[in-house]
Amino acid sequence: MNTETLINLLASETVTTLYLTLVSTVAAYALGLPLGIILVLTDKDGIHPNKAINTSLGIIINILRSVPFLILMVWMMPFTRHLVGTATGNRGLIVPLVVAAAPFVARMVESSIKEVDHGIIEAAQSMGAPTGKIITKVMLGEARPSLLIGFAITITTILGYTAMAGFCGGGGLGKIAVNYGLYKYQSEIMNLSVILLVIIVQIFQEAGTRLARKLDKRL
Amino acid sequence: MTANQSAIIRLQNLSKTYGKGETAVHALNNINLEIMPGEIFGIIGLSGAGKSTLVRCINYLERPTSGEVFVNGLELGELSQQGLNEARHSIGMIFQQFNLLMQKTALQNICFPLEIVKTPKEEARKRALELLELVGLSDKANAYPSQLSGGQKQRVAIARALATNPQVLLCDEATSALDPASTRSVLDLLKEINKQLGITIVIITHEMNVVEKICQRVAIIDKSRIAECGEVREIFAHPNSDIAKSFVFPKHNNVQTMLNKNCCRVIYDGQSSFEPHIANMILQFKQPVNIIFANSKNIDGKAFGQIVLQMPDDPDIANKMLSYLRAQGLNAEELTADENWEVNAQ
Repeated sequence: MNTETLINLLASETVTTLYLTLVSTVAAYALGLPLGIILVLTDKDGIHPNKAINTSLGIIINILRSVPFLILMVWMMPFTRHLVGTATGNRGLIVPLVVAAAPFVARMVESSIKEVDHGIIEAAQSMGAPTGKIITKVMLGEARPSLLIGFAITITTILGYTAMAGFCGGGGLGKIAVNYGLYKYQSEIMNLSVILLVIIVQIFQEAGTRLARKLDKRL
Repeated sequence: MTANQSAIIRLQNLSKTYGKGETAVHALNNINLEIMPGEIFGIIGLSGAGKSTLVRCINYLERPTSGEVFVNGLELGELSQQGLNEARHSIGMIFQQFNLLMQKTALQNICFPLEIVKTPKEEARKRALELLELVGLSDKANAYPSQLSGGQKQRVAIARALATNPQVLLCDEATSALDPASTRSVLDLLKEINKQLGITIVIITHEMNVVEKICQRVAIIDKSRIAECGEVREIFAHPNSDIAKSFVFPKHNNVQTMLNKNCCRVIYDGQSSFEPHIANMILQFKQPVNIIFANSKNIDGKAFGQIVLQMPDDPDIANKMLSYLRAQGLNAEELTADENWEVNAQ
């Protein structure tokens, strides 16, 4: 393989990896953010305690989080096929990615919101703030720096999941690592793709941490 | 106090119990209280006495186990969540830890309750700036709470609590986290807004000097009940319950060890002026007395407090001195046994 082909290959698969990661992260937050908020609201110290909802949601999240991603991906294949028509390729990969990441996001969001001083929530209640305002303005507003750090952690975790796509016919840097490193013994190409993954993770993590620090008004 | 329909806050047979069965904690036990419009009412008690629970029942942050809470004639227990939220717009509250939104500026914090009542943005901003001026922080509009001192944070919290023009302001240990100078200025501000706006203020505290400084009436909470309730100067003059005595005559351990025979306590209960009674007595009997302890306060221009004297050894002269003091209209009592002192020092 000549250098130009190699660069083109790495570039296009990097784009695929970023695409898979971003789409899955957005979808995972669309599911996980409300779930995380529900976990906080229904907690026994929350503003709408509900043991039944809190416990059952907690159990479902724990189950999904304890299944290793590779197994979840295989296990979900019938469901994925039913949902998006195929269980392989990039399209088939996004479904298990979201299902694996959403519970993770829910826990991240839960722990970020729980860092908000309960007194501030009590103050908002004393002003007669409806629950919606407490969620958007107090919980999410006050937890913003912590939510951003959680976002950086989530995005790097999902990036790691996408690398496993190579085993399921999905694209991205993971596919290169598997195809060239595992099946063709071309470890240089595998190493290159790993280095690229490491660089992407570093960038996301650093950017998230810096942004969070910059936006945090408590410092 | 007689029942009065015009009370702005009325608590009837209010009880709050946490938990069930043997482990149940009775935080409030059959509380009855009336607070009049425009007054500054103190609720004092030791920590754990139930006073914070009591103030949280007034705006239903805590739901009472039984009893009724009337604010502005509305029974809060009968309201829907929405109705309760609306009622809360006229009940402001400030807290020991200020509880400001840390990610928002002072101005944005004050705009928050206005946003809840759907005040248009520009109007809310104008009102918030007025309030900042009222609390003397016009120059801090764009400062974040982390850039403000404790006293300034509490001022922003007061401005925020006043934003929706409430009739009642609840203060939960509002000065307990402040140094003495900030405490004084926050209390002065509360007094000022009470005078200027006619707002009813309920102050929860464990410090007698807070009550003394700004309250007209006070309720003393002890062991989940109201031990005593009345005019502040009345209670300073004639504390009946042990808990009231312990607040009016604070404990001074070092005094107890100095107490020995022939001691007497002279109580200033407001009738007496600032005449030099003790000096006159010494001049008359030509016998020295030893002042062991003295603590007096000036409330509304009258002296309240106590002096503990060690009288001369001669019992005859000591008795005559006691009679002399009583004849001057002072309340003088012998302090022979230590338990006498301990009653007040609980």
